[in-house]
Amino acid sequence: MKLLSCKETTRLVSQGLDRELAFGERVALRLHLAYCIGCRRAGRQMTFLRRAVRDLAART
Amino acid sequence: MPPPADFRAQIEALRPYLLRYASLQLRDAAAAEDCVQEALLAALTGQASFAGRAKLRTWLTGILKHKIVDAIRRQAREPVVPAEADEEPGEIDELFSERGHWNERPAAWGEPDGALEQAQFFRALEMCLERLPLRTARAFMMREHIGFETGEICKELDITPTHCWVLLYRARMTLRVCLQQAWFAR
Repeated sequence: MKLLSCKETTRLVSQGLDRELAFGERVALRLHLAYCIGCRRAGRQMTFLRRAVRDLAART
Repeated sequence: MPPPADFRAQIEALRPYLLRYASLQLRDAAAAEDCVQEALLAALTGQASFAGRAKLRTWLTGILKHKIVDAIRRQAREPVVPAEADEEPGEIDELFSERGHWNERPAAWGEPDGALEQAQFFRALEMCLERLPLRTARAFMMREHIGFETGEICKELDITPTHCWVLLYRARMTLRVCLQQAWFAR
């Protein structure tokens, strides 16, 4: 199986918020995230953005 | 059901929230004002369908969403922004080496949910959103603010799913970097 770069990984993490990933994509993603703390952080931050934007209109 | 005068007052009290909701998506004060006006009118004439099942704000926001979609459609028919403006990969490419690895690994944000309790944070977020290119921001806000599925966004913006995912990816990566600088690195 092809190993993902960080750029490809973050792209897939982002798409995972918008569509259902294929089995192969999920496996490749999990593998990369297991050893890459940078991509894990980026992924968590993208999910956090979703929560933050959902709250935005009710604030200020 | 509350009496009409009371109902009207309750609706009016929510106007600032609705205005803000529409402005965040449309980035056009006049268009946002029109949407809210139309939504409030529809709410007052269609009061019967409220019946208190949902929270008033949720119900009104639902009506407003339809008005916002109409406004987006109108805006789409008069393209003010050339598509190229959003097509530059620019900043994202700078984050990675030629082989696609981080040039600078993202920093930890600790427990970021604490930021959600602070008004200052939302101002930083809004500032970051304003810096996004128009189409990128529009796609991102349709997805995360209004909560559309990708298919609906494609249809309304007349773009392919692939293009839509690219815009959403760019928005998220750019916002990450911006919030890192504007908030989390402080």
